[in-house]
Amino acid sequence: MLVSTKWLNEYVNINGINPADLAERITRSGIEVDSIIDRSLGMTNVVVGHVVECVKHPEADKLNICQVDVGDETTQIICGAPNVAQGQKVIVARPGAVLPGDFKIKKAKLRGEESNGMICSLQELGIEGKLVPKAYAEGIYVLPEDAVPGENALPLLGLDDTVLEFDLTPNRSDALSMLGVAYEVSAILSQGIALPEIDYPTASEKAEDLLKLRVDATVVNPMYVAKVVKNIKVAESPLWLQNALMASGVRPHNNVVDITNYVLLEYGQPLHAFDYDRLETGEIVVRHAEKGEVMTTLDDVERKLNSHNLVITNGKEPVALAGVMGGANSEVHDGTTTVVIESAYFAPSSVRRTSKEVGLRSDASTRFEKGVDPNRVQEAAERAAQLMAELAGGEVLAGSVIFDELDKTAERITISPDYINSRLGMKISMDEMLTILERLRIPTQAINGQLVIDAPTRRQDLKIREDIIEEIARMHGYDEIPKTLPVSESTPGGLTPYQAKRRIVRQFLEGAGLYQAVTYSLTSKAQAQAFALETAPVTELLMPMSEDRSVLRQSLIPHLLEAATYNVARRIDSVALYETGSVFLGEEEDGLPREVEHVSAVLTGKWVDHAWQAETKKVDFYVVKGIVEGMMDLLGLLEGLSFEKAVIDGMHPGRTAAVLLDGERIGMIGQIHPTEQKKRDLKETYVMELNLERILSAETDELLYVPVPRYPSISRDIALVVASGTSAGMLETIIRNAGGKLLKDVKLFDLYEGDKVEEGKKSLAFSMTYFDPERTLTDEEIVKAHEKVLKALTEEADAQLRG
Amino acid sequence: MEQQLQQLKEEALTKIQEASTVKELNDVRVAYLGKKGPITDLLKGMGKLPAEERPKMGALVNVVRESVTESLEAKMMKLEEEAINAQLEKEAIDVTLPGRPAPTGNHHPLTRVVEEIEDFFISMGYEIAEGPEVEKDYYNFEALNLPKGHPARDMQDSFYISEEILLRTHTSPVQARTMEAKGGSAIKIICPGKVYRRDNDDATHSHQFTQIEGLVVGEDIRMSDLKGTLDLFAKKMFGAEREIRLRPSFFPFTEPSVEMDISCFKCGGDGCNVCKKTGWIEILGAGMVHPNVLKMAGYDPSVVTGFAFGMGPERIAMLKYGVEDIRHFYTNDVRFISQFHRTEA
Repeated sequence: MLVSTKWLNEYVNINGINPADLAERITRSGIEVDSIIDRSLGMTNVVVGHVVECVKHPEADKLNICQVDVGDETTQIICGAPNVAQGQKVIVARPGAVLPGDFKIKKAKLRGEESNGMICSLQELGIEGKLVPKAYAEGIYVLPEDAVPGENALPLLGLDDTVLEFDLTPNRSDALSMLGVAYEVSAILSQGIALPEIDYPTASEKAEDLLKLRVDATVVNPMYVAKVVKNIKVAESPLWLQNALMASGVRPHNNVVDITNYVLLEYGQPLHAFDYDRLETGEIVVRHAEKGEVMTTLDDVERKLNSHNLVITNGKEPVALAGVMGGANSEVHDGTTTVVIESAYFAPSSVRRTSKEVGLRSDASTRFEKGVDPNRVQEAAERAAQLMAELAGGEVLAGSVIFDELDKTAERITISPDYINSRLGMKISMDEMLTILERLRIPTQAINGQLVIDAPTRRQDLKIREDIIEEIARMHGYDEIPKTLPVSESTPGGLTPYQAKRRIVRQFLEGAGLYQAVTYSLTSKAQAQAFALETAPVTELLMPMSEDRSVLRQSLIPHLLEAATYNVARRIDSVALYETGSVFLGEEEDGLPREVEHVSAVLTGKWVDHAWQAETKKVDFYVVKGIVEGMMDLLGLLEGLSFEKAVIDGMHPGRTAAVLLDGERIGMIGQIHPTEQKKRDLKETYVMELNLERILSAETDELLYVPVPRYPSISRDIALVVASGTSAGMLETIIRNAGGKLLKDVKLFDLYEGDKVEEGKKSLAFSMTYFDPERTLTDEEIVKAHEKVLKALTEEADAQLRG
Repeated sequence: MEQQLQQLKEEALTKIQEASTVKELNDVRVAYLGKKGPITDLLKGMGKLPAEERPKMGALVNVVRESVTESLEAKMMKLEEEAINAQLEKEAIDVTLPGRPAPTGNHHPLTRVVEEIEDFFISMGYEIAEGPEVEKDYYNFEALNLPKGHPARDMQDSFYISEEILLRTHTSPVQARTMEAKGGSAIKIICPGKVYRRDNDDATHSHQFTQIEGLVVGEDIRMSDLKGTLDLFAKKMFGAEREIRLRPSFFPFTEPSVEMDISCFKCGGDGCNVCKKTGWIEILGAGMVHPNVLKMAGYDPSVVTGFAFGMGPERIAMLKYGVEDIRHFYTNDVRFISQFHRTEA
């Protein structure tokens, strides 16, 4: 909402108040002023000129040489506008003037002819092209004949004005009208308010003699007022009216349309003007459209209608889409002489639905959608009739044609001052509350210590006691509210074990060298199920904004890979990122997908990079595996953790493992498939994805101290030669099973494949630790245990001791 | 013999002084104090002396031996020290070469902001509540006093999955769910999480962003309690000298509703580019829980009241760290994220 302070001043005396101060006070008490627009834009030396003579420039077809009376002299100005003509009153920027855009006007010579200034268009004075009346859109603006040469043109054009741009919250639709703003400002300033006085002569002929009205859809159209004005002379509006509209962001058309727009802005009540003769039938019928019915709206677009769209018809065909836009067939035009003024109440939900459907949001529909003031429907029609009489020479027929079943009673709210104070934590006296409500012009009685309030219908936002509390608080000032803390039982705050462990996981991964990433949950259909740990239906948006963001992800890996590609493309060769976030799986009974929190990582490039010591190591499978093991160890879950070779789409078939916890698959690690890597412009890249929810909610053993050993442990190393395909994990299992209870630990410490072993074989070296907490082991015992291990290895894995 | 002894001593001491290595010194030791050395010889020859001279000579020999031993030891220490020093000199390194980097990674800046906020409210006795990102229309809107067709739904254009299911547009549904679950008892929670709105991604909009909201419900919770809580929060988060101000606003789920500004932490309120010359920065929205919201969750609004507030970690991070484009939070450029590794004052 654009509020011209010049216009506002007609209702509330704001003379002498700096617009910035006014804006600040309005903002602090409830309506945010987004910007303060000085319409003069610092212009000077812009005056009224009279074109005394206008001849073609001999050297240039498109230029005219004008002799212009600018008050103190008649001077020569070259003008290129197609519509300049002798006898016009025009806007002249004299030499020395500075126009918007730091456009300095100087004396100049154009094709050999002197030019002492510029004849201006409205655009050149900083008015947006879309607001300039069509007649002047392509040329200079022509002032009324009575403009006086030499006079400052800015006040004449209403440009000595400051406009406040309101950022209205949806509840304050009352401020979608100048009168609503006037009420608010008068309350803030404790000032009087001057409402428009409606008084005009009427003809003896009655409106209902000419027009019949029938409302069929009474629920969505509980009130319809039509007035008829005859003998209208459609013309340009007076300058003050055009100025008011342009200041409010509305383009002037002609006096009839301008008046309806002016009253819309003044009262917040949308009006529509029909050409009575073009209605043809002398009848208005309000009804729901037929399914598939077609009408052409004012913007010359043919629209196909639905049965829930409300239309105004002439009894035969639609002449307006109720509350949204008029029809082209009944539009007021230059030759119109009799006008029907429509002022109605259309149900917010109906207008909202229709305007959304046809994609039309007009000044009218935004107001109807929020609910107009039931008590202004009739008054706004009267105001428009008055202005048509005054400004368009119209003759208003007596009375109105009315259908009215609209409830116009005020909401009664009873509230005690104690209740208000207890909710605010303040001590405001009842007298002060009464003063505030009086300033707001909210009718209030004090009965038995209670405030009995009849909330005015112009304030659709006042419905319950809390709304009154807000009115009192905001006018009293939020700065006056003291600062206290809730008085209640003190509760121990904190993280749940799950939340605490999630933080530990993040810290661990960061300590291991990974940076935390946050990627989007929405992804493309192609990527939705890639790398998913389980198969589930995809959750799709009804109306995605783009294909790339059309479904919910089932794995964090695709977007982490995108992040890796992004970084690698910027020459960051080593990337280590992790993310914790939800994946969305299928659909549960209640219609929501199952959301499971996962933790994932992507690693590529170097893992250790200490170049001057010639120490660099590329990320490999075992780096990622080590991270998973470290993390699980930290969470006390190492014991149940195992890895098993797995084949997963998009992953390197030989370098991928499923991660199992207590035998249950909870994730995977491995290298991205080389084709996938190539597609994403990545070199060797490893990923992990684990079901974090499963991990963090897994039960763990109690943390209990184990006595520090008092007896020494003894180590024995063995080097084995086995077939290349034999897995280290299997050998370790054999060793553990055969080692008995004395075997405390097994560690692989060497792996060799090469010239020194037979082809098709490899060598692995294990270090075994034997230990008994009760005593020192004898050599004999160890040899016995060790031999058992060797025997098992030979028998079960065809392993040979390496000589 | 006495003279002989004295001469021996002089000789030994000179050799000790002349020895320049541990080996040479050991040779001197063997030569003079060893079993075949002259001093031992002298002691052995004592038997030949008259009995009355023996004690005197014995003492004299001991004095000489001690003095030689002492000198030997002193010299030995010196030589050893020199040897160590020489060794250390050989081991010297260039301390200006770069250190071996310890692995580094760090929180995403949004997590950093969220955890800082969480930790403050945890210290005030709040718990952290979380909920689904795909929500029912009921919890996202209806339970929050936003029935279908309510004009305020326009404030938040949503991604729908079906008529009744959508991506949550705020973390408020977690509040609605918590209230419903608590069945009428008091609540003090903070709800952080991802939210989604139909916005084209640009410098100031993101279709996915983060929110963190708070909710306190109990008997006699007053608006002054909201103000006091937010004041403490602002001071903790943005500096002890911060002032707050509340401005009236509108949210369907609170009444009265306010927006909170803090005095600009960059200029202190004088006006700068961060606060757009106003001296104030808008940080969060808040209000007293709307009676309809309480009612729908099973509370009696005549007895139980509450306050709620909500803010955007992106906005806070942008203000705090001077980030100019919201998309930085989602491109995951390592050069961006890694800047948030250090502590703040």
